[in-house]
Amino acid sequence: MEARFQPGDQVQVRKADVPGHLRTPWYIRGHRGEVERICGYFANPEELAFNRHGLPKRALYRVRFRQSEVWPDYAGPAADTIEIEIYEHWLEKA
Amino acid sequence: MSGHTHHDHDHDHDHDHHDHSHPTQPDIDGPLTYHQRLEIAVRELMIEKGILSADEVRRTVEAMDARSPAGGARVVARAWVDPAYKQTLMTDPSRALNAVGVEVGLYKLVVVENSDSLHNLVVCTLCSCYPRAILGLPPDWYKSRAYRSRAVREPRKVMAEFGLEIRDDVAVRVHDSTADMRYLVLPKRPKGTEGWSEEKLAQIVTRDTMIGVAEPRIP
Repeated sequence: MEARFQPGDQVQVRKADVPGHLRTPWYIRGHRGEVERICGYFANPEELAFNRHGLPKRALYRVRFRQSEVWPDYAGPAADTIEIEIYEHWLEKA
Repeated sequence: MSGHTHHDHDHDHDHDHHDHSHPTQPDIDGPLTYHQRLEIAVRELMIEKGILSADEVRRTVEAMDARSPAGGARVVARAWVDPAYKQTLMTDPSRALNAVGVEVGLYKLVVVENSDSLHNLVVCTLCSCYPRAILGLPPDWYKSRAYRSRAVREPRKVMAEFGLEIRDDVAVRVHDSTADMRYLVLPKRPKGTEGWSEEKLAQIVTRDTMIGVAEPRIP
């Protein structure tokens, strides 16, 4: 299995509005960040939630976002960040 | 558990009965919710069919309740005194946990280290993912909507409400625990603890310091 993105890659979270048991929080959709690490490969939880096998396994990434990019009115210093786990099918090249 | 009423066990009170009356604890046996009824029905069916025994269910609940932040504290204290162990903890947390006899559980652990220039805070905005294997059950506030929504948006303000002011020259990094990883904050070892034993150090590593809403303090 090969991961589509590598640490350091700039990515954008898909701005999708789909029903189901999603692990991609609403607030991060559409935002740009940087891949911090590849966490590994896991059965897709969006499928597991409906008692399906969730295979093939998907790459899970840790993506780092600048807080000021996520929240335009963010009150803290520019160096503040937020990291979220995001599955590969939610990411696009930025 | 069916057939179990509050009349039929022997209470082992550790106090004598006094003549004067005292306020009683309110009963917590209101009507069951839908999901509580469902859980009881499924559990009783599984026991009836011999898939699980009542004792297995009880033992699992007991084991879950017995987990506490002491496991995490032991790991942090060891990392403070042993640089090689800390290296293992950062790169292969499962191995590091096993080495001190802490059961890792189902999920993969990521350890995030606080430093003079970075402070880490853990939240799960979607539900209440929490490293239960090493911290036990999460506190109620961790599961509250207020903490979950505000920790990502205004982490400094939230931490200040916990009594933790982070200076502006220290970056705050929030970890939203949304999927298959669990997060443990490795707090900074406080000054003035030089020469302390691992056991003594573990005592100042509290649950909140490993979530990131507090820092270890010398009592």
